Amino acid sequence: MSTHTEHQAPQGREPLDVLDPRVSRFEVVQEGARRDDIEIVHYEPQVVPGTKAERRLTRLVASFFLLTGLAATAFLVIYIWWPWQWEPGRGGDKFYTPLLGLTLGIALLAIGFGILTWGKKLLPKEVSIQDRHDQPGSPEDRRITGETMLYMADEMGIRRRPLLGISLLAGLAPVGAVVAAPLVGGLIADPHKDNQMFTTGFAPADGGKTKIRLVREDGRPIRPADVSPGGQITVFPGIKDGVSNKHADSPTLLIHLREDDAQKSRAANARPEVGHADYMWGNFAAFSKICTHAGCPASLYEQQTNRLLCPCHQSQFHITDNARPIFGPASRRLPQLPIEVDEEGFFVAKSDYTETIGPDFWERP
Amino acid sequence: MKRRKFDVAALPGKSAGAVDDRFQVATPLRKLLNKVFPDHWSFLLGEIALFSFVVLLLTGVFLTFFYEPAMTEVVYDGSYAPLVGTPMSAAYESSLNLSFDVRGGLVMRQMHHWAALLFMAAIVVHMLRVFFTGAFRKPRETNWIIGSLLFWVGFLAGFTGYSLPDDGLSGTGLRIASAIMLSIPVIGSWVTSSIFGGEFPGEIIISRFFIAHVLLIPALLVALITVHLGLVFKQKHTQWPGPGRTNENVVGERMFPRYALKQGGFFMVVFGVIALMGGLFQINPIWYFGPYEAWVVSAASQPDWYVMFLDGSTRLMPAWQLTIPIGNGYVIPPLFWPTVVLPGILVGISLFYPFLEARHLKDRKHHNLLQRPRDVPARTAAGSMAVAFYVVLTLSGGNDVIADKFQISLNAMTWAGRIGLLIVPPLAYYLAYRLCLGLQQHDREVLAHGVETGIIRRLPDGRFVEVHQPLTAVDGHDGHGELDYVGWVVPKKMNRLGALGPAVRGFFYPIERPAEAPVSPGHPPVEPRPERAEVGSGESRR
Repeated sequence: MSTHTEHQAPQGREPLDVLDPRVSRFEVVQEGARRDDIEIVHYEPQVVPGTKAERRLTRLVASFFLLTGLAATAFLVIYIWWPWQWEPGRGGDKFYTPLLGLTLGIALLAIGFGILTWGKKLLPKEVSIQDRHDQPGSPEDRRITGETMLYMADEMGIRRRPLLGISLLAGLAPVGAVVAAPLVGGLIADPHKDNQMFTTGFAPADGGKTKIRLVREDGRPIRPADVSPGGQITVFPGIKDGVSNKHADSPTLLIHLREDDAQKSRAANARPEVGHADYMWGNFAAFSKICTHAGCPASLYEQQTNRLLCPCHQSQFHITDNARPIFGPASRRLPQLPIEVDEEGFFVAKSDYTETIGPDFWERP
Repeated sequence: MKRRKFDVAALPGKSAGAVDDRFQVATPLRKLLNKVFPDHWSFLLGEIALFSFVVLLLTGVFLTFFYEPAMTEVVYDGSYAPLVGTPMSAAYESSLNLSFDVRGGLVMRQMHHWAALLFMAAIVVHMLRVFFTGAFRKPRETNWIIGSLLFWVGFLAGFTGYSLPDDGLSGTGLRIASAIMLSIPVIGSWVTSSIFGGEFPGEIIISRFFIAHVLLIPALLVALITVHLGLVFKQKHTQWPGPGRTNENVVGERMFPRYALKQGGFFMVVFGVIALMGGLFQINPIWYFGPYEAWVVSAASQPDWYVMFLDGSTRLMPAWQLTIPIGNGYVIPPLFWPTVVLPGILVGISLFYPFLEARHLKDRKHHNLLQRPRDVPARTAAGSMAVAFYVVLTLSGGNDVIADKFQISLNAMTWAGRIGLLIVPPLAYYLAYRLCLGLQQHDREVLAHGVETGIIRRLPDGRFVEVHQPLTAVDGHDGHGELDYVGWVVPKKMNRLGALGPAVRGFFYPIERPAEAPVSPGHPPVEPRPERAEVGSGESRR
């Protein structure tokens, strides 16, 4: 690859005197291009001035621009006078946004097509060739720049006065930490404050004396008769803000199993590796609704197969086998809430969940 | 004193002179006006991304005037009757108000969302163009890296923005994001609680996402895009090989006026298409999803399309949990691999690909000419493999919808994805490789023997042969010479050689006389075009 740094005119060409009043404007343009190493090798008007084709294209571009004006005006008229406030039913307000988009889109498209037609059809076609000049600097240049920088380093004398460099580094390093400190210090929050990752709203209050009721979304407690066999209901801790995102880890699915399913379930619960022998009450079982995979509510319950499906990533849990994951990416059972019925006949949690709720993490015991 | 006559015609010249006196702009401006850009339709893909970004900035600023990034609980009392009386976060309420109580707010919101989808789509398609044509090779590796980063920063911008309305769907996405952060070994729980300000969902995540979405990420995007464009400008655009085109020149149009006009027009077209989509096609109707409640979800909860491949990888991941039996025991959940490790690997491969390829081929040269994908079968095949991988994951991200609509078992879809992820990419590699070789071979064949004419000739001994139109003058061993392949399109149809007359212009009626048709369709004129007259402006040629 040859490196020619000085500018040289293509062969056989006299430099043009651009100040000469006799040269045409195009010749000046061509000369200017040549000074940037551009050769205009092909320049061809696409329309002959005064022809039918030119008039037709001019009319086309003009009508595009006028269409823009029309559509934009329509946009404004619709924006101001069309009924826009939401009403029940199929009123005209349902067309407000589509009409705005339509008129705005037409206005913008028309101006775009107008400009494109102008540029593509009415302007002369050209082919120009420009030199790239992407050769690296000459060895000489590289050396000069390199030496200059090294000379600067010499002048600073860091090599002769190492103390300066070391002390500067020692001085600046804490400054970097100072920049990071407020950010890290301000943001950092202990995940294990109040043991929050391992407790839910069902943790008994008053030092374990008051057991927490299971309540519906509207806050009413639940009696066993409220859920028919085969049915299920989402329940929440009956505490302040229990039915809210403040206790996002507490939503629980209370399932009334049919007799045979309940028997299977009890047998599965009693297995030593599960150890949930007394977690059910009658034929009722309560499992955390928060998927142990990614934390979505595992809420699609299939009565026939007793499978609970999480719609986010299709993990499936076998309810009568103590919510064991049987398909999909979840690797852990849904935790079971030990339940019983208090003296007033409402469901309560015997204790908090005995396993960690929700998606897995490193230090989950 | 006689007042000098004010000459309007001289004003532009005089003020231009005054500007140049002070800022010396004449020479740099000439260079700018004259800069030559090569032209090809595939070069406009990146511009779609750029123009969508401009639309994103414009519509996004509008949205910030009405959006309230707060998670305080309020009770809805706006004009959308079905939700009146529902407790919800202030963020969701203000998003609803944007849609129903701000005049024209919904069209802006939908345009913003569509522009974001288009931005990401244009980035991906542009990236594929750059990859398959080898435009990332030296000296453009830096720009490839910046482009790859733009995808991931755009991904973050999309995710943070998508979470802001705090509706039922985006809240579920946020829940999954928190689970992904939790899954990181050792530091997961600390990272999550630091970002969410405590246990999920906390009370601050929306305002943190808001500042990231409207300030930090856009600033990063603007910076990256500026450098990206600056480098394209400095290094000059690549070009396809072709007549007169070499590694050392740029053949195309000067930037002004035609090229710039086309760009301006194209911007308006992109803007117009986004406006049409924003008005006519509903996107993210948050009022149907309701506020986010940790216990509510519906089937077919899909994220925006560019996140779906991660959703897919998460769905396909088997339930492989690593337990480390030290002390109480530590866990690496299965979620970690498809959502943290996989994107990490993808970022790594994409960032270093130009260097890996150059190292493998021991290629240290400058490359300003593009390569046709068929001429580099290994790269094309590798790219096809990557695309196949991505497509399987993206489809798996919607496998519940596919299962539902086509009455397929959901578990079968998951298994099809798992097996497909292993089988389809290598298959794509093999097929793409063979296709490339076949296309290469056909190019060589046409160069050696000419274009198929479709004319069948019967030989005296009864055989039938197809007549080929050679591309060179008669001289070689079988009656004509052989051409070398130069990396550009080989004509394969007779009308590419001028066998058909030019099309008659005009929509309803011809606006010009049809040109003379060639003498005979079987024997098109193949002589070079006649020399043109001296180049001149339109004026002088009259």
